[in-house]
Amino acid sequence: MNLGLVIPVFAGATTATVLLGLISKWIDRKVTAWIQWRKGPPWYQPLADIIKLLGKETIVPHAAGGTGFLLMPLVGFATVSVAATILWWSNLNPESGFIGDVIVVLYLLTIPAITIILGGSASGNPLAAVGAAREMKLLLAYELPMLLVILAAIFGATTTDSSTGLAASFQLGTIKTAHTVGFAASLGCVIGFLISLMCIQAKLGLVPFDMVEAECEIATGPFIEYSGAPLAIIHLTRVMLLAVMPLFIITIFWGGFSFNSFGMILASLGKYVLVLVVLILVRNTNPRIRIDHALRFFWYILTPLAIVALTLSMAKGF
Amino acid sequence: MGLKTWALKKSIWLYHANVGACNNCDIEVVDCLTPRYDIERFGMLLAGSPRHADALVVTGICTCQARPRLQELYLQMAKPCVVLCIGACACTGGIFRPCYHFDGPVDKVIREVDPDAIIAYVPGCPPKPEAIISGALKALDAIPC
Ligand code: SF4
Repeated sequence: MNLGLVIPVFAGATTATVLLGLISKWIDRKVTAWIQWRKGPPWYQPLADIIKLLGKETIVPHAAGGTGFLLMPLVGFATVSVAATILWWSNLNPESGFIGDVIVVLYLLTIPAITIILGGSASGNPLAAVGAAREMKLLLAYELPMLLVILAAIFGATTTDSSTGLAASFQLGTIKTAHTVGFAASLGCVIGFLISLMCIQAKLGLVPFDMVEAECEIATGPFIEYSGAPLAIIHLTRVMLLAVMPLFIITIFWGGFSFNSFGMILASLGKYVLVLVVLILVRNTNPRIRIDHALRFFWYILTPLAIVALTLSMAKGF
Repeated sequence: MGLKTWALKKSIWLYHANVGACNNCDIEVVDCLTPRYDIERFGMLLAGSPRHADALVVTGICTCQARPRLQELYLQMAKPCVVLCIGACACTGGIFRPCYHFDGPVDKVIREVDPDAIIAYVPGCPPKPEAIISGALKALDAIPC
């Protein structure tokens, strides 16, 4: 892509992700309300929350390391925007990605968790330290099966594209086109998709894995000392992640999304809404589990399953 | 009404502080979250940390022990914010006014740290959830645009 395009593409992708995220957040709250037999907030609620927070006072506590405390939300926001840009671009133009962009996106999507850890630790609050420690353990827990199933998808994509060799399938566009034929192309990828659904549940901090925030236990953990604009940016980042993570696994395992024809638009929307509703239903029908349970779940149950998925798709490829 | 005020009025996060209530007012505050009243319809949520909150919901008479903590809580909140005194106890001291541990009422304690604090009074023993919701809305109307 030429350099003049970078800024409009970046701005467009970020805006699209923010809008999609705000709508998803509203769907999340509305469906949650319906499940609890309530009416739920109006459609502009997530937007109003963020505008309100932008207009409020920003407090930096005495004990906080001011620079890191204020910088970390911005870093998180920036990385999610870049990840979103790469994702949109390689979905809309599958040929124009670069080799290894899937790895770049994976790295970028890990950074928000790290900024939460750093920002929480910089706030100087003991509850935030507890939350940051939990985030660190959770990161170790879900990254392992997540990486394994993404490898499974990469090998799954290699089979249909053997002429260009292994390197080609480290590209989001190639993985996407390889899986467009049917759902996830192979059994290994189907298992991988289900595992990655649970991993993004944890990555998004949704309920069975929300021990990082744990509102009624450690009072939102790493975010406890944030107020005003930094808190607004944290909320914005999380809203964007709510859009980016489902899009990411749809791209990897389910043929991605595109707007070429009316049917394609409907199919893309359908996929996205389905993944979102599964996330919301899981969030509403489960209690919060302890961090050691989460670690055990991801390492002892999901990781062996992910290895099975990887073996299946490798066996098919070679 | 500017965008900022609009957003503030549509998204009020509450922090609930019990400074010596008999627990009946707290039950009525929690009632507001139930499906019957569902204050999330108006964008109100219970916040976990006073830093996130826009309204400090106070129940109880403000005892000698709670007094410095209540002041600290108010100072920890990001401005602009409002205070809601829920129940006869928080408004005036109610039936516990002559007690030895009474060190309020709440509005006096808060005005000591911020003379311009916006305080809404919701009397009743305990007040009905409808009264609490209407009190919150009236307090927000008092925020200067
Ligand atoms: S006002 Fe009545 S119900 Fe509320 S805390 Fe006081 S005594 Fe209890």
